[in-house]
Amino acid sequence: MTDTPLLALSGLTKAYPGVVANDDVSLRIAPGEVHALLGENGAGKSTLVKMIYGLVKPDSGKMEMNGTTFAPQEPRDARAAGVGMVFQHFSLFDALSVAENIALGMENAPKLRRLSHQIREVSEAYGLPLSPDRIVGDLSAGERQRVEIIRCLLQDPKLLIMDEPTSVLTPQEVEILFKTLRKLSAEGTAILYISHKLEEIRSLCDSATILRLGRVVGHCTPAHTTAREMAEMMVGSTLKTPTRAGKTPGKVVLDINRLSAKSPSAFGMPLREITVQVRAGEVLGIGGVAGNGQDELLAALSGEAPCASGMIAFDGQDVGPLGPTARRKLGILTAPEERLGHAAAPDMTLVENAMLTGAAREKLERRGMLDWPAAKRFAEKIIEKFDVRTPGSANVARSLSGGNLQKFVIGREVLQRPRVLVVNQPTWGVDASAAAAIRQALLDLAENDAAVIVISQDLDELMEISDLFAALNEGRLSEPRPAQGLTVEEIGLMMGGAHGMEVAHV
Amino acid sequence: MDLSVINPVLFVAGFLVAATPLIFAALGELVVERSGVLNLGVEGMMIIGAICGFATAVETGSPILGFFAAAVGGAVLSLLFAFLTQITLANQVASGLALTLFGLGFSALLGQRYVGVKPPRLAEVNFGPLHDIPVLGPVLFSHDIILYLGLVLVAAVWAGLKFTRAGLVLRAVGENHDAAHALGYKVVRIRTLAIMFGGACAGLGGAYISLIRVPQWTEGMTAGVGWIALALVVFASWKPWRLLLGAYLFGGITQLQLNLQGAGVAIPVEYLAMSPYVITILVLVVLSADKNAAPASLGRTFHASS
Repeated sequence: MTDTPLLALSGLTKAYPGVVANDDVSLRIAPGEVHALLGENGAGKSTLVKMIYGLVKPDSGKMEMNGTTFAPQEPRDARAAGVGMVFQHFSLFDALSVAENIALGMENAPKLRRLSHQIREVSEAYGLPLSPDRIVGDLSAGERQRVEIIRCLLQDPKLLIMDEPTSVLTPQEVEILFKTLRKLSAEGTAILYISHKLEEIRSLCDSATILRLGRVVGHCTPAHTTAREMAEMMVGSTLKTPTRAGKTPGKVVLDINRLSAKSPSAFGMPLREITVQVRAGEVLGIGGVAGNGQDELLAALSGEAPCASGMIAFDGQDVGPLGPTARRKLGILTAPEERLGHAAAPDMTLVENAMLTGAAREKLERRGMLDWPAAKRFAEKIIEKFDVRTPGSANVARSLSGGNLQKFVIGREVLQRPRVLVVNQPTWGVDASAAAAIRQALLDLAENDAAVIVISQDLDELMEISDLFAALNEGRLSEPRPAQGLTVEEIGLMMGGAHGMEVAHV
Repeated sequence: MDLSVINPVLFVAGFLVAATPLIFAALGELVVERSGVLNLGVEGMMIIGAICGFATAVETGSPILGFFAAAVGGAVLSLLFAFLTQITLANQVASGLALTLFGLGFSALLGQRYVGVKPPRLAEVNFGPLHDIPVLGPVLFSHDIILYLGLVLVAAVWAGLKFTRAGLVLRAVGENHDAAHALGYKVVRIRTLAIMFGGACAGLGGAYISLIRVPQWTEGMTAGVGWIALALVVFASWKPWRLLLGAYLFGGITQLQLNLQGAGVAIPVEYLAMSPYVITILVLVVLSADKNAAPASLGRTFHASS
């Protein structure tokens, strides 16, 4: 690749008060190249792509596109220059239709009817089935992502930026996405690909740039580098793989028997006759595409949505009708997925948040009076044991980065010595080393005879830590199978295959 | 009791007039809320519009200039709200309430010289022979230009929101301001323009009360129409045509209860006086079973930090 690069960044620097997000970052991407951008949370990947997309202006340094200066003042300029971006948190409007959403991301959107026609054409050409008239709020995560991708494709991008595109997809959907990306790359579209999933990067990307603390710390060719080497370059130290001693599980702690429950929300998924047993010292991994009953299952297990008596037994005792506090007292603890607003109260301090779930089991409350010094000690213990990076326990939950808050939320439950711990998406948006620490903590917990249920969308994670694997699909739980030896195809079938594939033919 | 004193033609013509201030104020607020901003200052902007319009019409002798001044006055006052909520990121509910209180007080100050003055009358639109059609003529073709402007505005807002790019962008900003920002739309600018549109509409509605419906100036003469407008937007599920229906319902029952009072119906006046509010809200509650119609970013403060 000796010819002019499509995009060349040199010496880009961007500082925010108190932190240098990008420090002298240089990068070259050739036409048709699939280039991976790697780094932990806070390494500056997002800031870098936001500068390319015109959302953030660099303090210094310059960007060149096809050899001419490229300095987008706003996303409009970047789009006009042929840069498209698929966001990590989908930037879609739930109440609008697919076509309207796409029109919003285009410069000169044609009339909706012509646009609908174009959407159908592009979606067929690239194997991304999508119906233009549907309301985005009703689409699955994979379909939503197609909306974003098609929005970019309609503008003939020369460079497509993808921020964590596969975190919400089934293996089959990932396959479809990769086919599309390879096709685009063959047609000369360069792709800047951000992901935490190193195996994916190895199979897809031509080259990779690794960022750490805002600086470029290395380049590599993913196909010739192991995932472990890349992870260690990102972290800057050797990585510990979670370990466990293969231990025989004890007696059944949690017995879920034909658990059925309506969803509390109108767009939710009801649970249908879920039956599973979890033994002491066992980790049950539950996979499945988001929206197939994960939130409802967590609510049923935590007691937020109490269920009929006889559906859930703990140590042989019926806990179905009990609420969250009663279950917490028994030792059934949960950590929901949504960090801000569900697992933690955003505007309360870490001490107050520690009090909120710890009161019952850590004896932070006596006859209705709160023991704040004890809550503070508890919060500080979590911060220390789980390496939560924050100036102090008096900071509000909102001020922590996602990964740090996640460590706090998981740590808070783990340190309450649960008999049963249910976690949903324990390492979502958390970088490699923190994720490894959280997984290790969950395994240690199982080691100490707790029953652990991990609900996750990250299959690699589930395969790494689960003893048993089951999948949620349309509110039903598949038969749990030993995690060891399961193939990707088998898992994909348990999850119900590719979702929404029929939609486009309607 | 003598119901025969109620003339159906005059009754219908009357309720079209009674509904017009509400149509303007609610339509403006509908646009504001579709952009994701909750402005509780409608009452304040209406009363400022009422006095600005009244004073200008009296001083210049031109009611049309009066309506123009009313729109400008409402929009200028709404800029204060826009500054508080969009620039200093103040709480929208508190700012809106403050705007109402400020408007009521300031209009009383401005209006001291105008109590008891009679404003110039705005002529009816000349529809020629149409006016002479029996029944339809007096009902539909004997009104002033502003009333028709209100109807045109309902259609324009409906079509604008549904079919134009500007309308799509406005709805997008109200639906998810972070996503709209990420796509490069100027959230604060769009919302400020929407707030000004809402202020101008509220001002027109207020002036319609002081120049045509009543027509005179008294302190606090908008008498809660701004609050009804706010409720109307919600119960109309943020849809212009449903809003028009609600405004007519409210105007119709207001007119009916006035007529019933005149006819000496043996129901206490207080019940009659509250009936438009109760019935309008009941009907719209039943209509608006679809509670998910609210713009998702409504009332949330936007800050372009992320």
